[in-house]
Amino acid sequence: MPSYLKAINSQVGRKFMTGITGIGLMLFLIGHLGGNLTIFGSAEAFNIYTDKLMSLGPLLYVIEAGLAFFFLYHTILGVSIWLNKRKARPEGYNEYKTRGGASHQSLASRSMIYTGTIILVFLVLHIIHFKFGADYSTVLSESGKEVRDLRRLVIEEFQKTWVVIGYVGVLGLAILHLSHGFWSAFTSLGMKHGDTSKKIQTAAYAFAIVIMAGFIFIPLYIYFTGGEGSLIAY
Amino acid sequence: MSKNFTVHLKYWRQNGPTAKGYFEERTLDTVNEHMSFLEMLDVLNEELQLEGKDPVEFDYDCREGICGSCNLVINGQAHGPKKGTACCQLHMRNYKHGDKITIEPPRAAAFPVIKDLVVDRSAFDRIIEAGGYVSVKTGSAQEANARPIEKETSDIAFDYATCIGCGACVAACPNASASLFTGAKIAHLSQLPQGQVEQSRRVVAMVDQMTEEGFGDCSNYGECEAVCPKEISISAIAEMRKDYVKAVFS
Ligand code: HEM
Ligand code: SF4
Ligand code: FES
Repeated sequence: MPSYLKAINSQVGRKFMTGITGIGLMLFLIGHLGGNLTIFGSAEAFNIYTDKLMSLGPLLYVIEAGLAFFFLYHTILGVSIWLNKRKARPEGYNEYKTRGGASHQSLASRSMIYTGTIILVFLVLHIIHFKFGADYSTVLSESGKEVRDLRRLVIEEFQKTWVVIGYVGVLGLAILHLSHGFWSAFTSLGMKHGDTSKKIQTAAYAFAIVIMAGFIFIPLYIYFTGGEGSLIAY
Repeated sequence: MSKNFTVHLKYWRQNGPTAKGYFEERTLDTVNEHMSFLEMLDVLNEELQLEGKDPVEFDYDCREGICGSCNLVINGQAHGPKKGTACCQLHMRNYKHGDKITIEPPRAAAFPVIKDLVVDRSAFDRIIEAGGYVSVKTGSAQEANARPIEKETSDIAFDYATCIGCGACVAACPNASASLFTGAKIAHLSQLPQGQVEQSRRVVAMVDQMTEEGFGDCSNYGECEAVCPKEISISAIAEMRKDYVKAVFS
């Protein structure tokens, strides 16, 4: 009944889209982690995987544009919701305390804007770091094709102390974002309170920890084994 | 007879919507555990008036948790510390000798201060006016079971309908969102047959009005449910979202 444009900009629509884009980004994280873990496959698995991605050609641009759009839309909504609260309550409380109980107020839910902003800054640095990092090349044994040796770059970079500290720190904070975000997204899409909601909150903690533990494991493993641990084939 | 005890009050004073507010402090020595919170404020006002000072304005009517007039924010919590309890039903036995009690009005741009602790909640009335009614002609009262409604459904509808419009949900929400109130008003009607006819129009109009009044967005903090004196579940917000999406595609 209302136009789609109006609906999407309504308070319900904005929250709905925060949820949709959040879920989209979480799905992206699952795929991204899956790809990263190929670094523990055969000596060439990671480079074969990244080469496959890069040879997608125009399709890759479409995927990248889609991702950028999701990030951007999610950020705009998150920031505007946050800005709006200042308008809705220009004069704050002298004293404020959560009642606990049914409340989902927590460090995680109160810091979404901060953890989100950190993720955004990290994202930019991360792209500069690897996508526009040193351009090593190598030849794949089977096809004889010359490809970018991203694996070498990753293994080299994760032996630098400050790089590892930075990655582990940001990914650790992302646990907070996801542990509230996962539950919140379902709530935004119309999930009712009750048993399912409790299960989803448990699933949210599990998802946040498992996904981020997966991402964090890679730099830590490379750092502490000097890139020569038994999980890394040469 | 229980002994009187002392509390240290710090309460908001403001002469009008645009006036600058400030805190005033006063120690009350004659507080009794049997008093309700509002009776304690009556004692305060009596003292103030005996000294020829202006009483502290605060809202109330029924003083039994059913009208939704009272809405003080006490030590940072809407309606004070007790679950499922409007501040008119909060008793001073929940406090002890020497406690410091800070009292503020609900703070939201959409609830301008009229005086001291009294705020203008007509924004809620306008949200109701936008669609919180049924206009189908249901005729005169029928036999109650003429149209059977599952007990589960009628219970849910009734739970949502218990909203007394106090505005604690707005007061406690970190975003000052009115989603629980609006959700409850939409959801209690959308459960029942009488509510179906205007359902799409209703949800869109009420959500629009809520936005227009200047309430914040909902971030799913769930604080509203925790402070609601009627313990209305945030499932009401889920119902509102579901109905809204249905309306968009209808
Ligand atoms: C991989 C990246 C990200 C993922 C997986 C993610 C995931 C999520 C999810 C699932 C939610 C819950 C949505 C909802 O409540 O319906 C959420 C909320 C939020 N996100 Fe993100 N997010 C990411 C990046 C970002 C970035 C870059 C920002 C930028 C500031 C951000 C800011 C926020 C904010 C402020 C909220 C809370 C919105 C509210 O208060 O209602 N997020 N995020
Ligand atoms: S939903 Fe609860 S807190 Fe909000 S106005 Fe209704 S009764 Fe008050
Ligand atoms: S005065 Fe009526 S609910 Fe508190």
